[in-house]
This record gives sequence, structure tokens and C-alpha cells, in this order.
Amino acid sequence: MSAEAALIITQLLNGVQLGLLLFLVAAGLTLIFGVLDFVNLAHGAFVMLGAFISASIAGMLQGVPGGWLLGVVLMLPLLALLGMALELLLARPLQRAGLTPAALHLAQVLATFGVLLACSAVAMMIWGTQGMGVVLPGWLRGQVALGEAVQLPAYRLFIIVIGLMVALALHLLLQRTRLGMQLRAVASNADMAAALGAPVDALRVAVFALGAALAGLAGALMVPIAEASLGMAVEYIIIAFVIIIIGGLGSLKGSFFAALLVGMLDTLGRAFLDDALAAVLPLELAETAAPALSSMSIYLLMAAVLIWKPAGLFPPPTRGRH
Amino acid sequence: MPRKFPFRHLASLVSAGVLSATVVAAAAGAGAPTAQAQQGTDADAREVRIGFVTTLTTPAGIIGRDMVDAAKLAIEHMGGKMAGLPVKLIVEDDGFRPDVGRQKTVKLVKQDKVRFLTGYIWSHVLMASRKPALDAGAFLISANAGPAPLAGKLCHQNFFSASWQNDQLPMAVGELMNRRGIKSAYIMVPNYTAGKNMMAGVMRTFKGKVLGRDLTKWGKDAQLDFSAELAKARASGAEALFAFYPGKAGVAFLKQFEQAGLKQHMQLFTVFMLDALSLPKLKQAGMKDILGRQSPHFWSPDLDNPVNAKFVADFREKYGRTPSFYAAQAYDAINLIRAGVEGAKGNLDDADAIRAAMKRADFGSVRGSFTYGNNHFPIQDFHIREVVQNDAGEWTLRTVGRIYEKHQDPYAKDCPLK
Repeated sequence: MSAEAALIITQLLNGVQLGLLLFLVAAGLTLIFGVLDFVNLAHGAFVMLGAFISASIAGMLQGVPGGWLLGVVLMLPLLALLGMALELLLARPLQRAGLTPAALHLAQVLATFGVLLACSAVAMMIWGTQGMGVVLPGWLRGQVALGEAVQLPAYRLFIIVIGLMVALALHLLLQRTRLGMQLRAVASNADMAAALGAPVDALRVAVFALGAALAGLAGALMVPIAEASLGMAVEYIIIAFVIIIIGGLGSLKGSFFAALLVGMLDTLGRAFLDDALAAVLPLELAETAAPALSSMSIYLLMAAVLIWKPAGLFPPPTRGRH
Repeated sequence: MPRKFPFRHLASLVSAGVLSATVVAAAAGAGAPTAQAQQGTDADAREVRIGFVTTLTTPAGIIGRDMVDAAKLAIEHMGGKMAGLPVKLIVEDDGFRPDVGRQKTVKLVKQDKVRFLTGYIWSHVLMASRKPALDAGAFLISANAGPAPLAGKLCHQNFFSASWQNDQLPMAVGELMNRRGIKSAYIMVPNYTAGKNMMAGVMRTFKGKVLGRDLTKWGKDAQLDFSAELAKARASGAEALFAFYPGKAGVAFLKQFEQAGLKQHMQLFTVFMLDALSLPKLKQAGMKDILGRQSPHFWSPDLDNPVNAKFVADFREKYGRTPSFYAAQAYDAINLIRAGVEGAKGNLDDADAIRAAMKRADFGSVRGSFTYGNNHFPIQDFHIREVVQNDAGEWTLRTVGRIYEKHQDPYAKDCPLK
């Protein structure tokens, strides 16, 4: 295999990896929006809390084999509890306040934005501004050779595996289980589902718990690449919204493919755009324009998708509006 | 006919997302020591007001905290007075943004009527703030950023640097690479003024071939994932990788460099990535590769002179951590201002006397003695420092040699000042 081909394959894998990480961020958001029609800006705070909590637990377990992984696993139920609290204390009273759909969305945005601010402030009090890192176990610190010339960091491969597993698990949950069927029924028409005996209140709590845990997982997985930091609360929320808009609001399948698309576009832009531009522009200009253009590219993609398919790439088939 | 737009709230969702990013950054600063609003009074001439523009929010806020702490320590060391006048430090947060930094600068000169402005971590913030500060007749003292234009054509009689010119450190790294016999290199820097200066600096002295360069997105939502760039660097076949990523991005970069296993393929040379702010985090992440890594700088916590020894010891005692070079520069900036005020015997209206005294640079600097060039940038030594583990188990820097003696930046000749 030529060096060029190896580089292209490596960059494609990098794109898949980034896409799957973004999918984990977007999945919880799209789930809560898709099933419950709830706009959750506090999602970013869950990402940040997942990162800090898992890093803190891992720090306490320093020296224990598998400490980092244990930190990630133990964080999940804590985040699920936070998600449940958000549903019971905030989402439910808002839902029952008798607002019109538009006013309800605005109330959700404002209320969850408040939660985001509060979580950021609390996190700053607990963990300070300096950020936090973790020690990866040895088997995740090395590299994995795929073929002769392609070498990927083991941790990036780990993210790909986790991302695909989560995607598959969510797909099976929604499409193949009784719980999934009930969730789809609630998404389609909550009143009708309730009338037919679906435990709507319990389902709402479950969805919030799952959404928050997914956000926490995404945050925890980002720590070894960068670090747990306060900025995470807002760094990924915009791109997560872009992804669920491209994918079709509320569609899990849509956010999966949109996240891959965005991850790929971003990575390939960074990988090849400067060389491509250098063919037509002076080197200095090409080098400066490339990062700007490549970070703009996902918003251009969103604009293009909205013109071509205003409901996103994969709008959910049954979305009752009442 | 266009299809009916199904989600009416789409626009509000997106704008809410964008809004949240902006407001959170602002709100996060509410807990930090920020503006102490002060009306202009007739006490103007009887206190030394120093405006301190730095970054207190965003992940880079950790740098600003170190600088503000050092500035407060400097003022404490002088008993809160310069030439008998009380000192008032007014701290403002630039939020890592040039427009905000400029706005805060205008506020400081117009509303607080400060005679001295310092702080300034970022070259783009300093460049945006330069004009309002200097037009108001204030002294502008960079405590970190050293953009090329300010050293050359845009040099100004009331601008001083308490740090270095951006090109100097990468020039020293280029020299270090030559001494190690490196023949080819790949360069990775963030896409902003200082990043470009670092790239120009290393290319000025490095004699080998540059096989590829990457400028990555910088600013509030700076790029933290470098997988694509690292893959390119490796594929280029270069013997060395030169990188400049200050703050949080630097820690992320070093982690990913290690995870990608690049050290078997290329030597890493960095500027502004191994300091008292990043080393505890790298230790926390268990990155033993960092030990023994060398980087040049004009200052090191172990630099052997009495002023530095006192500064480092008192800083550690007061704040419980080793000061970074950012802190050292902020400490020097305040002492430089003191030298000016004392040179003018406390007469703050005598700008000529203040300027002349500052230009002599004969205050006790943490870097030892240095002089000012015609462009008011220091002519100073640059040392090679190595990351070591000290007796307390902390990772810190130790001076192991000198790479430049009395080094002047390459832009001084373009500066019309004498």
C-alpha cells in the first residue's frame, strides 16, 4: 500500500472516530428531543459533569487496575440520577404548566439554560478553573497497526468501538424491545400512548436518565484526548445542535449519519484542504484560509441540507403534532 | 413551491445554543475577580492606577489567574506603594477575545483614567488594544504577548515589553534543532498572530527542510483534536515536529502526540507548552515521556538570582503552587512600572521621566539583568530548561544551559525609535 493511500485511510478513520464521538454527544440530545419534544440545553452541562465526575473517580482510584474504566462506568448511574432529577424537578412541572407548544419550547430553553449556568458555577466551585486529566490504562495508550502502513492510536479505536456499540444498542432498544416500542409510541403521540396504558411518566424519567448518561459518557471519553474542563459545557452543544438539525430533529438514525458526516467533513477539511487550496492560492493564504474554511464547512453543510431537505436528512416518520 | 418549514422553533433553538455559549463564558467570569469600577476623581495624581487586561474566563483563565496573583504579590512586596503613592490594580477580563480586550482597554483609559496598562497574554488582543491605549497617552506594557509589528514598524515610545518578542523563543528552538542535527521538520501552530510569528521564528533559524505546515483553528472554540494533523506530520516523514500550543490545547496536543506513538518516528520540539501550569496536569495524566524534554525560555523557576528566589518562594508560600513564566512576567511588569514611577519621583504627569526610567531597566528583574533595545523589547539571555522531578515529587523545570546570550529580536531594526 502506498504512503498516500495509508494516509487517506488513516484520515478516514480519524473522521469516523470524531463522528462517533460527536454522535455520543448528539444521541442523548436527540433522544430527549425526539421522544419527549424537550429542548435540553443542560445537555452540555451533563457532558462536562460526566468528564469531571469520571476523572475524579479515576483520580481516587489511582493505582487500582482499571481505575479509569471504573470511573467511567460508575459515573453513568450518577449522571442518570441527575437526568432523572432534571425531569422530575424541571421538565415535568413545565410540561404541566399548560403552555402552548411554542411557549413551552421557549420555557424549556430558558429553564435548561439556567441549569447549564448553575452547573457551570457549581463545577467551578468544586473543581476550579484548571481542568483535570486522567491516566489511561496501558492497553489504551499504545497504537494498533491495521495493515502495514496504517497505525491508529488504541484509544481512538476504542472510541470507534464504543460509539458503534452504543449506536447499535440504542437502535436495538428502540426498534426491538417493548420499552422501545413504548418510547416510539410516546414520541408519536404521548396522549394516545398514555390512553393505551403506556407508563408515560416513568418513560419520561427513563429517557432523561438515558440521555444524561449518554452525555456523560461522551464527556468522559473526551478527557483522555484533552482534559475535563469547564468549557466543555458549551464547546459541544452547538455542534450537537448542528448534527441533530442536519440529521432531522429527533431522529436517532439521522444524528448517527449526520455526526459521521460532520466528523468526516471536519477531519478531511483539516487533512487535505490546505494542500488543495495551495494548488490555486499562494501557500500563505491557503494555509490561513484552510482552517477557517474547514471549521465553516459544517455550517455550510447545515445550510445546504436545510435548503435541500428542510426537515433534515432523516426526519422521524411519525411525529404527531397536537 | 417550497415545502412548509416543519419546525418553527428551529431558529430559536440554534440561536439559543449560540447564546448559551456566549453567556456562559460571561457568567463564568462573575465569580472571578473582575472589574472594580472606579469613577475618575481628583485623586488621579495621588494614586498609581494600573489597568490589568488578561484572560480570567475560558479554559485560558488559568493563565490570567497566575498573572493576577503575581501582580498582587509584586504590589505586596513593595508595600502597596510606588514612590509613596498607593497602587490601585484594576483587573479586567478579555475573555480571550480581541474585541473585548479592546473594549476593556478603552474603559480603563477613559473611565478609570489609568496611566499604565499591562497584562495582555494574547498577541491579537494586544494588537487590538494598542491604539486606544497609546492614543490616550497611557504606558502600555505587555506582560506576555510580543507581536512582530509592535517590535518593528509599529513600535511606540510608550510601549514596553516585560517579556519577549514572539519570534525569539522559536528562533532559540530552531537553533536547538540545528544543534541536535535535525535535517527536516513539520510545523504545527494555531492560526493567529502569535502562531504565525512562532512559525516565522523557527523557520528563521532552522537550517533543515520544512516538509509541511499546519495552522489550526484558534480562539474561543479552539481545535483540541489534532488527529488529522498528527497523521499528516507522521506521513511527511520529517525527523522533528515543532509545535506551539499554549494553555489547555498544549496539554491536549502532548497527550495525543503520545497516544499516536509519534515519538518513535519524530522528535518533538515545543515552545510555551511545558510550564508550571501544564506540568502538574501532565503529571496527573501520567505522561512520563515529558520528563527530560527540553525547551528554551528567558526565565525558569530555578534561575539563580536573589529577586527570583524571593519571588518563587513567596509565590509558592502564598498560593501553594510554583509560578509560571506568565506570573514571572507579570511580576516584572509591575516592577517595571514602579521603576518608572520612582524615576519620575511620583510625578505621574512627567511621562518623559517615567519613560526614561523604564528604559534603563535597572529594577530587580526575576530574569537577572537585561537591557532594552531601541524598540523597548528586552535584550536578554535565553536558557535551555529540562523537565525534571524534584525532591517533593513535583514536575518542574531546571536550567541546563544557555542557548542565546543578550539576544535581540529581528524586528528592532525596523523600529524608527532611537
